Amino acid sequence: MTTANGSNATEPIRVDKAQYGLAAALALVGIYTLVDARGLNVGFGDPVGPRVFPYVIGTAMILLAVLLALATARGDVAEGEAGEDIDLTSPPDWVTVGKLVAVLLLNVLFVNVLGWPVTGALLFAGCAWALGSRTLLRDLLVGAALSVGSWYFFYVGLDVPLPPGILDGIL
Amino acid sequence: MDTLNLLLDGMANALTPENLAFAAIGVLLGTFVGVLPGIGPAMAVALLLPITYGLEPTQSFILFAGIYYGGMYGGSTTSILLNTPGESASVMTAIEGNKMAKKGRAAQALATAAIGSFVAGTIGTLLVAFLTPWLAEIAVEIGAASYFAIMLLSLVLVTAVLGSSKLRGFIGLFIGLTIGLVGLDLSTGQARLTGGILQLADGVDIVVVAVGIFAIGEALWIAAHLRRQPIDVIPVGRPFMSRDDWARSWKPWLRGTALGFPFGALPAGGAETPTFLSYVLERRLSRKKEEFGHGAIEGVAGPEAANNASAAGMFVPLLALGLPVTATAAVLLAAMRTYGIVPGPTLMTDQPELVWTLLASLLIGNTLLLVINLPLAPMWAKLLQIPRPQLYAGILFFASLGAYAVNQSAFDVALLLVFGAVGFAVRRFGIPILPLILGVIIGPLMETKMREALDLSNGDISGLFNEPLAIAIYVLLAIILIAPPVIQRVRGAPLVPRELDEQETRR
Repeated sequence: MTTANGSNATEPIRVDKAQYGLAAALALVGIYTLVDARGLNVGFGDPVGPRVFPYVIGTAMILLAVLLALATARGDVAEGEAGEDIDLTSPPDWVTVGKLVAVLLLNVLFVNVLGWPVTGALLFAGCAWALGSRTLLRDLLVGAALSVGSWYFFYVGLDVPLPPGILDGIL
Repeated sequence: MDTLNLLLDGMANALTPENLAFAAIGVLLGTFVGVLPGIGPAMAVALLLPITYGLEPTQSFILFAGIYYGGMYGGSTTSILLNTPGESASVMTAIEGNKMAKKGRAAQALATAAIGSFVAGTIGTLLVAFLTPWLAEIAVEIGAASYFAIMLLSLVLVTAVLGSSKLRGFIGLFIGLTIGLVGLDLSTGQARLTGGILQLADGVDIVVVAVGIFAIGEALWIAAHLRRQPIDVIPVGRPFMSRDDWARSWKPWLRGTALGFPFGALPAGGAETPTFLSYVLERRLSRKKEEFGHGAIEGVAGPEAANNASAAGMFVPLLALGLPVTATAAVLLAAMRTYGIVPGPTLMTDQPELVWTLLASLLIGNTLLLVINLPLAPMWAKLLQIPRPQLYAGILFFASLGAYAVNQSAFDVALLLVFGAVGFAVRRFGIPILPLILGVIIGPLMETKMREALDLSNGDISGLFNEPLAIAIYVLLAIILIAPPVIQRVRGAPLVPRELDEQETRR
């Protein structure tokens, strides 16, 4: 997906610093893969063993990380993915992303305690709020309908009982 | 005609009222989800996977067949009515389709897309029915070494040939391969890359990976760059075509099908190339060349047919070899595995009823798609006006629900978030997603075959080269990798056809 916006080769080299971060992360993953593979035992009479594949993958990962770092230094710039609702001309909106992640994390923490019918509703309303909706009450109602509805759909329709949480006995 | 009889048997299985209802539900759900902006077919299938949990394998496959074609069709509706295509396979449809819509011919664009998809899907599925048994018969004879070579070939093709940057392609592939390593080693039972976390011992559920990377990653990425001003949605009436539209559409449909199917069936992955080729071909053959770029119906009919034909073609390697070549195929493979069904050469003989019912339901789903969706098009178009906060909140809701429902464990939802972060990073850094997903699925298969081959040769590396087919594939692989740069150097010009360049800059 390329959106050619007429950039010329004569521009000064722009370094995408975040790409060094990606290269570092890839290198760490590669190293961890190698270290982890060293701890495996090769069984007697097993000519290949469980180590070979991780060794190859880990080594390749480190190599790719180095290549990426080199490319970055030479001015290789990542092109973000385009899409229907994506406006790549604006700077990334980290506040919205942070709010969304927080809402998703709250769901992870409380889903077993409160149950999906409750956290699901909060998840929907919370995400809509984070994305800029200002009709909180309506979002909560829609969320509640979705989460209770999906709970019943799984329970009755699919025979998959999701834990009801604090609403046990009511649903 | 043995195949025809088997297919008719499959029809009989699929045509019970209950199964027809499942097919209809699948088509409706698939189109519904596929029309929503930001959701491609792979994500539609991944998001809808949980609703099949309580069903029998046959019924869930019928449901999937509907979802699959519905999702494909929904995607093309979106790209015709909005200016920006959701996935790379719809780029070509969007060029002419959106121009047509702007000239008030949205109804004709949607009609030629729908009927073209039907024609291509039907021919494609019939070809799958005839080719798969034949290929499976040959594939039974293939040894582990050749299997390994085939998988390597398909990964390299997807990674190095498609996409703009080889480096990024390989980064995606190896991220996927690393994810595929997580879990117990199959032959020695030792934990790999689990970091001591018990829940990871069984490996990472591919549903969680796919939903995390497609749904959560996409939603977070969109949240970071949300278009604040609403985009224009073009209103549409009931799709229909005039006699002239028919006359201009039927040849592009057939040519698109002929281009799309082989690309889908070969492990060259994806509908991007055939849709592009079809567009170029139609422009060259058209008697109204001046209309191209201003809403030529051939430019919608051809690429749409190519897109759907390649979507059908992908079932050949999936069913006959157990080899997924697109992201959607990878998710389908994962879905089959949850039922303990392992696609591969023996599937046709082990569970013929299942395969033939699946193929028959693909044909039925395709027909239902046409019957249901032509009248419903105005309603689908309204979906594009759902306010974005609620739309993406809904996607995050269903993604979380899907991951939670797999094992009813909060750990899976946390894992989903982790893959969501990976999905976000991958989009930020322009790393292609297809090699990543295929790496997760094909990586473990490759390791199994490699160890099988080397066990036989007692660890000697020659075990990977002891079959003529394997050697032939390695030669082919070398040619594919070495030839383009060499030719480029000899000719002193980029290998990319001029028309491709024109297109790229015009967008």
